[in-house]
Amino acid sequence: MKKIGVLSLQGAVSEHIDKLGNFEGIQPCAVKYKHEIEAVDALIIPGGESTAIGKLLSDFDLSGIIKSRILAGMPVWGTCAGMVILAKKIRNDERRHLEVMDIEVMRNGYGRQIDSFSTSVRLTEISQGEIPLVFIRAPYVVGADSKVKVLLRINENIVACRQDNMLATSFHPELTEDLSFHRYFAGMCG
Amino acid sequence: MTERYELNKNLAQMLKGGVIMDVVNAREAEIAQKAGAVAVMALERVPSDIRKMGGVARMSDPKMIKEIQGAVSIPVMAKVRIGHFAEAQVLEALNIDYIDESEVLTPADEEFHIEKHSFKVPFVCGAKNLGEALRRIGEGASMIRTKGEAGTGNVVEAVRHMRTVTADIRKVQSASRQELMTIAKEYGAPYDLISYVHENGKLPVINFAAGGIATPADAALMMQLGCDGVFVGSGIFKSSDPAKRAQAIVKATAYFNDPLIVAEVSEELGTAMDSLDVRELSGNSLLASRGW
Repeated sequence: MKKIGVLSLQGAVSEHIDKLGNFEGIQPCAVKYKHEIEAVDALIIPGGESTAIGKLLSDFDLSGIIKSRILAGMPVWGTCAGMVILAKKIRNDERRHLEVMDIEVMRNGYGRQIDSFSTSVRLTEISQGEIPLVFIRAPYVVGADSKVKVLLRINENIVACRQDNMLATSFHPELTEDLSFHRYFAGMCG
Repeated sequence: MTERYELNKNLAQMLKGGVIMDVVNAREAEIAQKAGAVAVMALERVPSDIRKMGGVARMSDPKMIKEIQGAVSIPVMAKVRIGHFAEAQVLEALNIDYIDESEVLTPADEEFHIEKHSFKVPFVCGAKNLGEALRRIGEGASMIRTKGEAGTGNVVEAVRHMRTVTADIRKVQSASRQELMTIAKEYGAPYDLISYVHENGKLPVINFAAGGIATPADAALMMQLGCDGVFVGSGIFKSSDPAKRAQAIVKATAYFNDPLIVAEVSEELGTAMDSLDVRELSGNSLLASRGW
């Protein structure tokens, strides 16, 4: 049984937990204390507001433990705000959060809520079927180190990528009926 | 259900567990963002000042809204008068992230709320009970909040409205299917939405607390009553130390079920906003009775 924690400081936590509940051998749980973060096998940093999540991470002194666990190989997946939290560089913000992934992101890259959109793609590495993608005031990656594997681009922008044990997506698989990205991440957890 | 409506409900989901703060200028918006707010509500006067100054309260100056949009990266919301669809068109033209069709402003139409499905930008509306919440959702609201009693610093009405919605949901959920049309008639709510509540035991959109929240413990109370997040209006910038109180309410909302943390953040916050006893307000100064 693998325990996957969803960082539960702010944002779309229950949506990820509901999705993870569909898999045999996965025990999902909400985590917001050091001892809870120490006890999980993998972590999802959900969508929400990166400024709010980042502030709480630092106020409650959780960045250190999460960062050291990620550097020690714990699988982690950041969706939307979670991508911003993982990034080493943020082009349009002086704030930095966990600084573990060699990507440079653009916050609110697509603009305001009126520019939020959904689409779908085929991505054989993740799934045989069509995958629906939902972007809510989403960030995207403008630059990535060669250590980072690009999984998906939309127009010029990287919207899904992986660096070893770290996965980042601009979009929100937890808001759709599709399970393929959650299945992919469960696979990363061995 | 259109794709746009789904995206608008989705934005509200991203605000869960967060605090949305009333601000009247760019400087306050920056303080709110720095304190960890998930969004700001741009308005010209906070509710407690609207009460004191009287007169007609309207949508804010577009210039002020643009300055706030320029100052922060979190979503910017703004209020329109109930039924004032032209004010809503103006806010949509400004690319506002969420419109609050709000009883805090002076209603422009005492009979009809805005037909919200015809807008691309999302709407949040206040409700005192399940029927009112479902009427607003039927009109196109993609997020609901309790009305509470804004500008009082008194949480009693927000508690009443949240408890009423919860009790109404329980009643609809435990009713038999044969009873649903009669319940829809009693509540004045669309049948398909009553049917949704019957099957799912919850509202089809996110529900925040609003109207009277002034302290970290107030926020923790509303979260434990089942709200998805909180709006704080006059409570922050009418208190003696806004930045400190704002941070404290953000922390108490995130750790609402941890009394030790709520206790710790409640220390030495200075004085809360001036408050009002709701029982002493006369009928026409009760904002929650605006709209239906």
